[in-house]
Amino acid sequence: MFGRLTWAAIPFDQPVVMIASGTVGFVILCVLALVTVKGWWPYLWREWITSVDHKRIGVMYIGLALLMLVRGFSDAMLMRSQLALAAGHAQGYLPPEHYDQIFSAHGTIMIFFVAMPFVIGLMNFVLPLQLGVRDVAFPVLNSVGFWLSAAGVLLVNVSLVVGEFARTGWLAYPPLSEVAYSPGVGVDYYLWSLQISGLGTLLSGINLTTTILKLRAPGMGYRQMPIFCWTALASNLLIVAAFPILTATFAMLLLDRYCGFHFFTNDLGGNPMMYINLIWSWGHPEVYILILPAFGVFSEVVATFSGKPLFGRRSMIMATMAICVLSFLVWLHHFFTMGAGADVNAFFGVMTMLIAVPTGVKVFNWLFTLYGGRIRFTVPVYWAIGFMVTFVIGGMTGVLMAIPPADFVLHNSLFLIAHFHNVIIGGVVFGVMAGITYWFPKAFGFTLNERLGKAVFWCWFFGFYLAFTPLYVLGLMGATRRMQHYSNMHWQPLMLVALAGAVLILLGIALTGVQLAVSIRRRELNRDVTGDPWNGRTLEWSTPSPPPAWNFSHLPQVGRADAFWAMKQQRGTAQDRNVKRTYQTIHVPRNNPTGFFLAFFAVLLGFSLIWRIWWGAGLGLLGAIVVGLMQAWRTDGEIEVPAEKVAAFERLNGLKEKAA
Amino acid sequence: MSAAEQTLATADAVPLSLRGPAPTRVVAGYGFWLFLLSDIVIFAALFAAYAVLSGETAGGPTAAALFDKTHVLIETACLLASSVTCGFGSLAVQSGDRNSTYFWMAITFILGVTFLSLEVSEFSHMLSIGAGPTRSAFLSGFFTLVGTHGLHVTIGLCWLIVMLLQVATLGFQPMVSRRFFCFGLFWHALDIVWIGVFTIVYLGAHL
Amino acid sequence: MHAASPDRMSPEVTRAPSASAMWLRAISITSAAMLMASCSEGVLDPRGPVGKAERIILYDATAIMLAVVIPVIVLTLVFAWWFRARNSQARYRPDWEYSGRIEMIIWSIPALIILFLGGIAWTGSHDLDPPAPLADSAAPLEIEVISLDWRWLFIYPHEGIASLNRLVVPAGVPLRFRLTSTTVMNSFFVPQLGSQIYTMPNMVTRLNLEADQPGTFEGISAQFSGDGFSDMRFDLVSTEAGAFRDWVNTTKTQGGVLDAGTFEELGKPAKADGAQTYARVSEGLFDKISSGHMAAVSPQRGQ
Repeated sequence: MFGRLTWAAIPFDQPVVMIASGTVGFVILCVLALVTVKGWWPYLWREWITSVDHKRIGVMYIGLALLMLVRGFSDAMLMRSQLALAAGHAQGYLPPEHYDQIFSAHGTIMIFFVAMPFVIGLMNFVLPLQLGVRDVAFPVLNSVGFWLSAAGVLLVNVSLVVGEFARTGWLAYPPLSEVAYSPGVGVDYYLWSLQISGLGTLLSGINLTTTILKLRAPGMGYRQMPIFCWTALASNLLIVAAFPILTATFAMLLLDRYCGFHFFTNDLGGNPMMYINLIWSWGHPEVYILILPAFGVFSEVVATFSGKPLFGRRSMIMATMAICVLSFLVWLHHFFTMGAGADVNAFFGVMTMLIAVPTGVKVFNWLFTLYGGRIRFTVPVYWAIGFMVTFVIGGMTGVLMAIPPADFVLHNSLFLIAHFHNVIIGGVVFGVMAGITYWFPKAFGFTLNERLGKAVFWCWFFGFYLAFTPLYVLGLMGATRRMQHYSNMHWQPLMLVALAGAVLILLGIALTGVQLAVSIRRRELNRDVTGDPWNGRTLEWSTPSPPPAWNFSHLPQVGRADAFWAMKQQRGTAQDRNVKRTYQTIHVPRNNPTGFFLAFFAVLLGFSLIWRIWWGAGLGLLGAIVVGLMQAWRTDGEIEVPAEKVAAFERLNGLKEKAA
Repeated sequence: MSAAEQTLATADAVPLSLRGPAPTRVVAGYGFWLFLLSDIVIFAALFAAYAVLSGETAGGPTAAALFDKTHVLIETACLLASSVTCGFGSLAVQSGDRNSTYFWMAITFILGVTFLSLEVSEFSHMLSIGAGPTRSAFLSGFFTLVGTHGLHVTIGLCWLIVMLLQVATLGFQPMVSRRFFCFGLFWHALDIVWIGVFTIVYLGAHL
Repeated sequence: MHAASPDRMSPEVTRAPSASAMWLRAISITSAAMLMASCSEGVLDPRGPVGKAERIILYDATAIMLAVVIPVIVLTLVFAWWFRARNSQARYRPDWEYSGRIEMIIWSIPALIILFLGGIAWTGSHDLDPPAPLADSAAPLEIEVISLDWRWLFIYPHEGIASLNRLVVPAGVPLRFRLTSTTVMNSFFVPQLGSQIYTMPNMVTRLNLEADQPGTFEGISAQFSGDGFSDMRFDLVSTEAGAFRDWVNTTKTQGGVLDAGTFEELGKPAKADGAQTYARVSEGLFDKISSGHMAAVSPQRGQ
């Protein structure tokens, strides 16, 4: 009746898990109760859950990512503390069966449910505003994409309480991930939650690519497009080209597991090496999907707060597109030690190094943007400088491992772990934090507390170095990754230092929460009344904070790059914000519950498939189809905002002119 | 449109990239093209897997032993013909001719169903002689590649029914017309993928 | 000029750069200390020609890159500090956004570095290709390696003996490994001797290493393979030539037989638990295992 699902799936005998999930469940219930008692459901449903506004969806993506950052980081704390304890004959407090799930969940959550939603959320919020248009190309699809990601999040977290998670590492190599060696539901949870959220990501990639290429303000050609839009374009092109590989590869593994196929099995001709090639053909573009938008954030931030245009704009764009293409030609550097031979290894090593060239060019361009500037040291600039210093070290260790014989002694070691955390934290996390701080006033109408923001930065900056420098050293000492315990007592002091670093980062995460609370409480003191708190250069700063649902009452006429800066230079001539202009009716997409309901049925489908509850899966599929059909017949997809209402809004939010 | 935008619209010298947001029809088609490209990448991965595994017959039936050229030829003819009839149907949609739309799309549907039933019969025959997807890696690759294409055809046929119902209930409003355009793209893309399948899997078997 | 008042927006500007410069110094000193600590074991303390060649590559490549990375970091901090808004001495150039000369330099520097390192990558990959025999005139010793769940089995095909979790080899003799796995992927790695190589079921990988001097070196698996992974260690004991011959002869007189039956027992999942030797090994056992012709070695693992 319920497939393989029995009461035994809930780990009543594991106090840590039961207490953790019990606490989380209790908190969730309290939140739901609070919302109900305060009568906030209609507001939440109307303004957020069914919203198809890219600004709302962007905020929700980032909220989801922040939540999962806490989950993923808890896993990290568990790992660090286990390794600080389990030296010599000590076994620590996490037996291998648990530890293996924890490091697998840590990687999976951080990449798929923290980093991806962070960058997609930023791109979602910012792109239409920077492009000078009203919304993305497919607003309803945008909502579907978000809710499918949320569905994946739900499934991964349910695995904590009902059943288990994969014990294979975050990429689930076969033969270990085949049914023969992972007979439980763990790998199935992993596969289905990623298939569902992967679909959401793909839809987002299609949406944003179409938006950038087909929806821009009049006069904004490719050369006039902001640099963040260029990096977003490269990132989304990579999503469209790479994520289907993930989908196909996971589908093949699912067929092996569920239907007894032999793609990657040990018998009857299966080839595990093929999985590794396919998965990394996705995997390497994936890390560029994450880092390119972060590069874009830094380009915007460094230019804005230096008070100069970005140096070498054209070569920045060329470098971005070069990275986009090259990222598909390097995948084998993730498994030099699989024995492909000297020629193949050398080719991919050289290709990997080639990517360092455009990346290096970017760093130099940021450097020369700073040169000759008048730099204001706001929180985003702290993140940018921290990034420039930290990322180059990570890049260096990456190029080091791109030399195959060097990789032969460093592959899968803690040195590797330190390298990719170096570039992901130093690059992606720092970039996202800079972007969130930078665009927060645009989204919410007030700036975040500066002092706390700097404290958060220093915690992350020092925490990172404290946590990962020991890992570089340990890797050189011969320590491999995914160890649950180790025999060499010399390693323990370094593990303790790493734990201290993790605690410092934990403090940074906690302070982020404090910063949010304090900023909300003091929002009247930090109101952004002009819409342009940073003296920005691009079009999003020409709108009120927060912008109306339709973004621009008049689509701006663009003449050159840094369009808003140009408008400010020409103060005195007719401009968009001049209330003397006439307004017209604006069409705005109507709220739509399709995304939410599709995700609901996706969870039902996924959960049922994991536990082999075939009637539940059928129900989920049927429900999804019905929701789709209902959307197909929806003809009232837009609301009309009458011209008078637009005019009234403009008058009410008449943006004050600043003293020249 | 504002005065500025109207001026832009009439000026011939203004490049497409500077004319502001594209019309919905263009945006919808473009987005669907991107989706199709992503779908083709899925097929590319499946083709790659098939290529790697095509020799791994594990002592079981081989491609040359299994594939019937005539059978495949008829399947191909059906699918290619259905693309032609779909084309005529698209013309009917563009001119708002309800009856022609029903006629040509019905023939497209019939040809598609014929293709599917031929494929299903091939699969069930293979299953009955012990040449199912669990027999060897080669057969896993075959069933998945060809089966995924068949699954897409099935989804396309269901979509076609939905579209015909939409014409019946909503008429040829822009939304319906746009979706028919996307359906046409989808159907023709499946044809192109089939040409790849036909060449690499069926013709490749006899090399 | 429309400008957010710098006084309102930026805080104590002077504190940030010099504080971070001080911290950077502290960090580099600590890192250097830790690095020196790591020099006494592991990858930076190689005891064989392969590892030594690889260490040279590590040092050279790092030095070349630091020649660019350190100036970049320094310049970042210097520019950020000098061009801070409060510094009235710095020249504000609000329209300077392009310089052909600088463009040429910033494309050339990474390109030159990469050209150099690419050369190292190409030659290094070929010289240190794992299957390539070592340039040593001594006759090589052949060893067959099988990774089990979660132990290492070493077969000496010419000597006709085998050893579990302990690899005894003669010093100064090139070791020619052929490796395979029974169940899942592993990676054979002795950090102080150099290169690792994956072991995979139904496949044979090859590796060449050598220990210069007698000593005991730790060996691990570097590819996660399940619950018993952390214990999947072995000792590589390198001895004088005479001592090695003695060990071989002694082993032939003690211990059991390694044949299909005993091998099947070994194939059952178990965590590493001490070393063991076998006095006789069935002919062609490794080849049967690596070509997938051994009977299904109890693959199912419990939850």
